[in-house]
Parts: sequence; C-alpha cells; structure tokens
Amino acid sequence: MTQVSMTVNGKSVSGEVEGRTLLVNFLRDHLSLTGTHVGCDTGQCGACMVHVDGDAVKSCNMLALEADGTEVATIEGQANADGSLNTIQQAFQDHHGLQCGFCTPGMVMTAAALLKDNPKPTEAEIRHYLEGNICRCTGYHNIVKAIMAASGQDVNAIAAE
Amino acid sequence: MYNFEFERPTTIADAVAALGGDEAQALGGGQTLIPTLKQRLAMPGKLVSLSGIPEMKGVCVNDDGAVSIGGGTPHAVVARDAAQHYPGLAALAGQIGDPAVRNRGTIGGSLANNDPSACYPAAALGSGATIVTNTREIAADDYFQGMFTTALEEGEIITEVRFPVPEAANYQKFVQPASRFALVGVFVAKYADGVRVAVTGASEEGVFRWSAAEEALSGNFTADAIKDLTVEAGGMIGDLHGSKEYRAHLVGVMTRRAVAAAA
Amino acid sequence: MPKDHGIGASSKRREDVRFLTGAGNYTDDINIPGQTYVHFLRSDIAHGKINAVNTEDAAGMPGVLRVFTGTDFEGVGGLPCGWQVTDKHGQPMQEPAHPVLAQGKVRYVGEIVAAVVAETAEQARDAAEAIELDIEDLPAVIDMKAAVQEGAPKVHDDLTSNLCYDWGFVEENKGAVDEAFEKAAHVTTLELVNNRLVANPMEPRVAIGDYTRHNGESTLYTTSQNPHVIRLLMGAFVLGIPEHKLRVVAPDVGGGFGTKIFHYAEEAFCTFAAKALKRPVKWTSSRSEAFISDAHGRDHVTKIELALDGENNFTAIRTETYANMGAYLSTFAPSVPTWLHGTLMAGNYKTPAIYVNVKAVFTNTVPVDAYRGAGRPEATFQLERVIDKAARELGVDPIALRRQNFITEFPYATPVAVEYDTGDYNATMDKLEEIADLKGFEARRKESEARGKLRGLGVNCYIEACGIAPSNLVGQLGARAGLYESATVRVNATGGLVVMTGSHSHGQGHETSFPQVISEMIGIPEDQVEIVHGDTARTPMGMGTYGSRSLAVGGSAMVRATEKIINKTKKIAAHLMEASEADIELKDGQFTVAGTDKSVAWGDVCLAAYVPHNYPLDDIEPGLEETAFYDPSNFTYPAGAYACEVEVDPETGKVTIERFAAADDFGNVVNPMIVSGQVHGGLAQGIGQALLEGAVYDETGQLLSASYMDYAMPRADDVPFYTVDHSCQTPCTHNPLGVKGCGEAGAIGSPPSVVNAVVDALQSAGKSVTHIDMPLSPGRVWTAMQG
Repeated sequence: MTQVSMTVNGKSVSGEVEGRTLLVNFLRDHLSLTGTHVGCDTGQCGACMVHVDGDAVKSCNMLALEADGTEVATIEGQANADGSLNTIQQAFQDHHGLQCGFCTPGMVMTAAALLKDNPKPTEAEIRHYLEGNICRCTGYHNIVKAIMAASGQDVNAIAAE
Repeated sequence: MYNFEFERPTTIADAVAALGGDEAQALGGGQTLIPTLKQRLAMPGKLVSLSGIPEMKGVCVNDDGAVSIGGGTPHAVVARDAAQHYPGLAALAGQIGDPAVRNRGTIGGSLANNDPSACYPAAALGSGATIVTNTREIAADDYFQGMFTTALEEGEIITEVRFPVPEAANYQKFVQPASRFALVGVFVAKYADGVRVAVTGASEEGVFRWSAAEEALSGNFTADAIKDLTVEAGGMIGDLHGSKEYRAHLVGVMTRRAVAAAA
Repeated sequence: MPKDHGIGASSKRREDVRFLTGAGNYTDDINIPGQTYVHFLRSDIAHGKINAVNTEDAAGMPGVLRVFTGTDFEGVGGLPCGWQVTDKHGQPMQEPAHPVLAQGKVRYVGEIVAAVVAETAEQARDAAEAIELDIEDLPAVIDMKAAVQEGAPKVHDDLTSNLCYDWGFVEENKGAVDEAFEKAAHVTTLELVNNRLVANPMEPRVAIGDYTRHNGESTLYTTSQNPHVIRLLMGAFVLGIPEHKLRVVAPDVGGGFGTKIFHYAEEAFCTFAAKALKRPVKWTSSRSEAFISDAHGRDHVTKIELALDGENNFTAIRTETYANMGAYLSTFAPSVPTWLHGTLMAGNYKTPAIYVNVKAVFTNTVPVDAYRGAGRPEATFQLERVIDKAARELGVDPIALRRQNFITEFPYATPVAVEYDTGDYNATMDKLEEIADLKGFEARRKESEARGKLRGLGVNCYIEACGIAPSNLVGQLGARAGLYESATVRVNATGGLVVMTGSHSHGQGHETSFPQVISEMIGIPEDQVEIVHGDTARTPMGMGTYGSRSLAVGGSAMVRATEKIINKTKKIAAHLMEASEADIELKDGQFTVAGTDKSVAWGDVCLAAYVPHNYPLDDIEPGLEETAFYDPSNFTYPAGAYACEVEVDPETGKVTIERFAAADDFGNVVNPMIVSGQVHGGLAQGIGQALLEGAVYDETGQLLSASYMDYAMPRADDVPFYTVDHSCQTPCTHNPLGVKGCGEAGAIGSPPSVVNAVVDALQSAGKSVTHIDMPLSPGRVWTAMQG
C-alpha cells in the first residue's frame, strides 16, 4: 500500500492505495464520492469523467497514484457555493439533458471542460467534443441543446418538443 | 487488474533505472495499457510512470527547423502547441481518441504500443520522423516492425520524436465507428525531396508506406495523379467493420482526400 | 399559453437535481458493512461438457470465503420463464431447465460455471483464475437455420431438437392468405435480418444480497425495472423464500431498455450466497461481462411477402421468421417474437388477411429477450420495408401507397387478433409532411449532389401496442403473470401526498410526471406529492416498467386510488360544511358547496381525517390512504409517421443522418418535455440499430462485438437535432388519462425510415440496390454499391 494525497473539490485528502487502484475507485470507495460512475472498462463511455489539474480525464483510465499531488474536481464539487445548480447543471435541468442520470456527471464535467476552452461552441463542435461520452437515454438532442444554452446561446430555434 | 508496484520517477535516468528490474513496464498516458491491465491481459510486476518527467514533455522547434516533441507529451498539447509549427501533425493529434484521451495519452506511449489502427504511427512514418530514445536515434522507416512490434529494446524509452516539417501535409482518418480508432488513416507529407504516404488501420502488418502513391505524387502532387492507383486487398485487415477489399478501397480514397486537402 | 403545472405542463424534472450533483443512489453506490464480493467464472467456450470443476486451490486463496459451483444449486430451482407459447399444433413450447450456475454443460460464452466469494473483488477474481476447469468442447450451433437442420448439435440434450416452438398466427387465416397470394396482381417479397443488439443501459447490472439474522429476512438490491417481479420469481421459483421474508430494492437505475426486466442468475446467486455465508454479497458487472451476460435483443431472420391487387390495395401479408432464443429462455423471451410481434403485423393498414409464422430457435448464444420495442420494431421494420419496396417496384409514391391503405375507421379489429381503439394515421402523416418539410427535399437533394453526396428520403409509419393487457387475456396467451399495476396513495395529515407505485422509473421521470396528474386532480402544488417506487417493502405488488406501460397502466392505478381519496375527502368536506356530498366540488385545493360561498381547504379536510374530532365516524373510517389495482381492458395503440433524410458518401459508403422528423400520436400528453425526450432517445437507438450496432458471433460462438471497441454505440456526432411532434392526439378510449405510452416509439419507428432513405439515395444514383441488412455500416453500403 502506498500513501496518496490530492486535493478533491478543494479539500485535501489522502489515503492508502494499491498500485492498481484506479482514481475512480479512490474517489468512490475511499472518499465515498459516488457521483463519478463506471460505465465501461475500455475507456469509451466517459461516465467516470473528472478534471485533473483542470483537464478532463477518464478516472477509470488513470491510476490513483498518478493523481498524487493533483487537484481533482468531481461532479460533487460543481454546484454553486450556496448549493444551487451551476450554469451547466441548471441548463441540463432546464433543457431535459438527462434521463436516467448515469452518464450525466461525465457529461457535465466534459461540458465544463469544453466551455472553458471554447466559450461559444457550435453545435458541430459540441457533438465532436462529446465523442468520449456515451448517453443511451437522451439521443443527445437535449444534451447538445443544454450545452449551447449554458454557453449563453439562444436555443429557442432548436425544436423543443 | 493484477497488482503491481508503482514508481513515478522525475528524470529519464531514474526511469531507465526503474525499468531495469524484472517485469517492469513503462506507463505512458495509460489509455491503452490500463484497459489492457483491467482485462488481465498483462501482468507487470512494476509500472514505471513516465508522466512525471519534465524533460520528456513539450513541443519545440530545433535549429534545423524540425519539430521536437517530448515522448511524454499528451496529444492535446501537441494539438495546441504544434499547430503553428507543423499544422498537419497538430491536426492529426487533435483527432486521436477523444478530448479526455488526448489529455492523458502521449506520443511516446502511442508509438511504443504501435497499435495497427493508431494515428501517430502514420504521422511518424509519413514524416520520416526520428524516434529518439534514451540510448539512440531510430529512423521511422526502421522503427515500425509490424502490428504492436517496434525496434524498441526492453526498457528503452522514447524520450523525443523529431519531425522534419514538410511543405504541406494532411491526415485523413476514416473512423471505426465503435472504437473511433482509424479504420483507415492516411498521412501525406510533401517534402522538397519527395512525398511520403503512410497508411494506418488498413494492413495486417501495421502502418506502412504506400510507395506507388509516393512515386506518383512526387512527380505530380494532385489527387488526380493517383486516381488509378490501388493497393492489394490481400494483406489488408478484414473484420466486422470492413472487408479487406473495403479497406484497400479506402486507402485510395483517403489518400486522394489527403492530397487534395494538402495541395 | 403553455401550462406551468399539472397535465400538459413541461414541469422540470425534480430527480435531475440529485443526478446533476452526484447525489444519485444507484445500486453500486450502496455498500453494506461486512460486504463481500463475488466474481463469476464464466464459460469461454460456447458449448461444452463439464467433466470437472476443481475449486480446491481457489478455496485456499487469500480472502476467499467460499467457491460455489453448479452442484451447490442442485436443490435449488432454475430461473423460470414467464411466458409459455403454444405452437401451431397446440403443443406447449420446449422449455429447458435454466440453472443458476451451469450444470453438466455450458451452453454459451458467458454462462456462469463457478462463483468465488471473497473479501475483496480483486481477491475473488484472483481466486477464480485458480479454478481448474475440465470442459470438453462440443460443436456449437450459432446460425438459426443451421440449428434446426436434421443432425445439428443439440443445445439441450433432453429436448427433441433446437426448435423451441413453431408458431402460426392466426392459423385460421392461412387458407385465406394463400388464396389472396394466388389472386394477387403484384407480390413483393423481401428477406431481411433484424440485427441482434445489446441493450447497453449505461449503468451495468449490479446485485447485492443481504441477509439479516435477527429476523431471517433476505434483501436483494438490484438494477431492475420491476422489483416485485424479481421478488416473485426468485422467491417462489428459484430460492423458495416466502415473499414476507424477501425484500427487493431497485433504487436509482441507470437505464433499462428491457434488459433489466429479467430475473438473472446473478441476482439469485447473491441472495442465496448472502444467506449461506451470513454476509452481504455484492456483484458489479463490468461492461465486458454485460456483453456476455445481459439478455440481447432482436435477432430475427424474416421472409415477408406482401400481396396487392390491381389498384395497389394490400390484400395479404405472409411472413416466416426465425427468432433466436439463445441458449436458454430468458424471462419473457418466448412472448417477444409471438404476441408482441405477430399481433402488430397489420401495422397501420387495412390488409384483410395476414399469416405470421415464427420458429423460435435455441443456439449457443446469450439468451435473447425484450429490448426497447420488443417484437414491435421487428414487425414494423419488415412491414415498412416491404411496403417501400413494393412502392418502388410499382413506381408509386411510398406515402401515397401507405395513405391508400391506411385504416381510417375505429375501432378496428385486425386480422391478427387485436382491436385498435383509436387513431388517425392521415393526421400524423400530414403533420410529418409539414414538420419534415418534404416539399423542400428535392432542393436539398440538389444541394447534396452539388457537394458530391447522394441524398435519400425515407418515410414510414408505425403502430405499437403498449400496456400489454388485460391479465385474463394474456393468461390465455401463455403469460404466467398478471399485467395490472398498483398504486397506494397516502395523504398525510397536513395534506401532502405520497404515491407508492408499482411502476419503476429508470430515466422516465415518474417522480415529476406522476405528481403532475395528482396536482391536476386535486389542485395542490406538484411539490406536495412524493413518488415512492422501487422497493417491495414500500410499494404494493406491481409489475414494474416496460412496454411503455407506466403512465397508461401505473398512472391509471394512481388515478383510481386518487379518485377514491377524493370521494372520501368529499364526504369529510360535506360533513365539515354541513352540506350534501353531491354538492361538493374540489378545485384548486378547495372544497366548495355548489351555489354557496362555503369552502374548506384540502389541508383542513386531510387534517380532519387524522384528527377526527368533527368527523362522520359512523359512516367512514379515519385516515386517508387508498390503494388501487388497475387492469387495462385493452392495449393502447400509439402510432406515427417518421421521415429520415440521409446523405451517402458514394466514395466511402458512409451514411450520415441529415434530418429526422417524427410525428407521433401518443393520445394525451402529461409532460411534453419528457415525452419529447423519450422520443429523442428512442430515435437514437433506432438509428443506432440501423447504422451502427450489431452483436456479431463467429462460427464458434465467440462474441466478436464484445466491448465498446467493437460494438458501436451512437455518439453525439452520429445523430442530428430531431424534429418531433406529438400534437396529433387521439386519446386512448379505455384508460382514465387517455394516454398511450411513448417510451418505445422512437426505437420502433426509426430503423425502416433510415434504411428506406439509404435505398432511396442509392437508387437515385442509378444503383439497383433494393435492400441492405442493418447495420448499414460504410463497408456494407459500399459493397452493396459495387453491385
């Protein structure tokens, strides 16, 4: 077992892990941050998306020990300080960008990474950026719409219902 | 996963030393290796992470104009920092995997693995790049030795990859719809002394140079120059995503598109 | 002005807040003190005789509590099949034993041979590798038609063959159908494959068994769409645990799409092992495991013939289908290619004579069962493809040909035993032509041509049957379960409500839409209503969620229970206001007496029920809690018309979906936002089936598409923004809400329009392609174009 320390959602945390412990296991099992999900074992689905030092990373494809000394952000740390939904989260609710909710934390984390680099992405840019996030429920329509709305774009022209 | 020891050296020398032990394996970005370990298809006694070595990271331009990329540089960094110096290469890096894969996966890891459907081997071979390791320099033409096989020795680390910058280059990737690896990817680069065409995803032998196309394009760098050229379907990969004949056909289509885009 | 609450309002989903903040409670998020972990050792060959399973070394490995094999389950029941189909000769289907752990033979790659329970998941997996298997390879049968040939290897030695049943429907129609074909002016024939799919909800399955020694109760936490069904099947048929000693909890479930309906071996194992070991036992499926252990869907091979008279009227349909059951009968497998498929073969058309033949076949593959649409997509696909082919052969407009043959008078009794209560297929087609801008297609085609792309337009209709019912009828058809739904409405003393429903939400938004109905009925705010579901200890016996049944059946039960509540509160209100019960009206949460200014608030009446100081105790009991069980008198019949525009890259064969429009008639709509979302998701799954997805076995029974590296899930850049509309509404005539169900429509209606569009695109370029089997991968399309 090896000691690992990192900052998660602004809080310093540490724990004893094996070499093979994945970052997602550390978050879920050691820190009880179960909002980060595991949807596949080959790195395609993106349900485990977190930010490591500001970059979107699949936490099931990274060893916990590789995250030693980093700043990790998870879905649990995304809401506003008063507990209200942040802009992206609120847009997902407003535009029905989620159904079963399982891929949702990954989608929100990916959307946050996108908007950081590209504050006003086009529809095509959003769809392309979501290449590493699979949703089985929404058909992506309302996810793309929510991300456009979160970036301040007018989405009224996109068919709602 | 089987358990393993983990080490994260901060210098190339320490990494080489750490890899000297039995059953030690280098870990680049882990985007292929970690899924492999999850399936218990590999059983290293020790993983030596190359992600903490500053001297292996970054993009720079050498005095001779070649672009040097540290072996531990993630694809996203290449896509961003090489854009000004070698746009064709940067564009290829920006098409690998997905954003999260590009934030972790490294050029050294990709080239060391030499997946027959990976993108980077096409850029390295298509650019006539030099693969620099802790012990030597290997020309791309000598480096790739078939599917998942390279000239690297046990414990040898790719510290840098040097790309001569062509006059024009383009990469055309036709994605396999599930994995989003290349079903066929073609990198075309036009240098003063000739054109190089490297094909990934298609062949059972891994990345290869399409010499007939190179010859034709070196005289006339237009898509038209290769409109009648085809590669043999024999030796191509045939699987549930496409037959040998289909892949052979796509090699022609993607090459013509790459030339048209580059010219 | 759109409504802001109640029926018809696009109320925002309350469940979203927990999902968006990482506070969801999925089964894998549950950890019980003392928990152990199981790893299942699965067969890596498709067919073999088990000579020996040596567990000695494994049992001694670090952390191992016990290793289980098939012999540990010899005294335990097998996994039951919930539907018995009777074949065309009146004989019951062949029904093989379905052991929890393999006994004697393994019959598909993925079947569980042994199970190791250990202190950690990795220890369990380490030990599983130390199990020595002596399994003798037997020849496997993978192809359905080969499986029913004389001399084919038998999947089950104790059955007479690999034929589960040979079903004819309606057998009495056969003569008339054959005669119509003899007299036909034109016959169109199409042979096609409805490709095998893997449902792939994003949450892999999880099961946790727990046993509490102080009261002898077993609890199973599981990723299920119907916890009561699991309790009944597992308790009564597998483990012999009485229901009062067995609780099944399905908390937040990350999508189902059918594959989480069924009772699986892993659920029974965890419950069994927890009791044996007196420790909680947890199993979390990896995605790789899911591919070889979740029931697959579809997998039909069909020949369909359509007969037309000289005026292009449909006169008869005849089909012959091979339906893959896999190696064992999953819970509802036999019903899918029969009662959920044959009954829909009339589609939206007044074809007078129809005969459907289905041969269900055992193969050495993962069991196949219901997947979003279940039988109805298979019916729709073949029918709408053959109509399209007929239109092209006859040189007539595919829309006009459909319109000409539409059923226009309701109720309509089809020749395949169902009665459509209501519908208006011309209305949805009119709406489709409008929202899809079909008039603009030719201009768009020219624009595509200018870019070197072939553009195609595909249109089709669909009808589905939702809310499968009534129970007494489905019992005659072989169902071994009732198909009602339940609800208990508990009004608290201060006026808030809790609805305990047998329906289960795993993405459908019941926690939001069900309160909208109550709010409409009583006139209290939606947030005064809480929905409880997914726990057999908290909800009345209900049948769960599948077949687009929740609102039509579960919602109706809730309405009936709420009506009982309202009747009782009116009695109380009459007493409080000293008025006649007949004069009491309830509106906006206020009881009033007609013709007076007297009123009393909802909350005060509720309080009176629990503090019955001034209360008609001689007439009614205190308290406000009512239960209703609702058994529908018929299916509901949503229907619609879909249009897809594709571009085909003639050089690569790659198909892109440029536009997709869906005009649906779901009857009344409670939450339009949620309904649109359901359609969007269904469309993506249908487009996925048409273009991307396919579970492919090699001839030895290895699944080639066994991970997301090879099974292509639709991504955001594979689909466009959709145009969906559900303003055409012919309310269901036989349930109190007039609703029909919307969950499966998109997946049912979209595959044929995609294929029709691709065929249109290729024919527009002079190619003689008349059909390509799904998925229409670039390679397949290119190969078809080579002629």
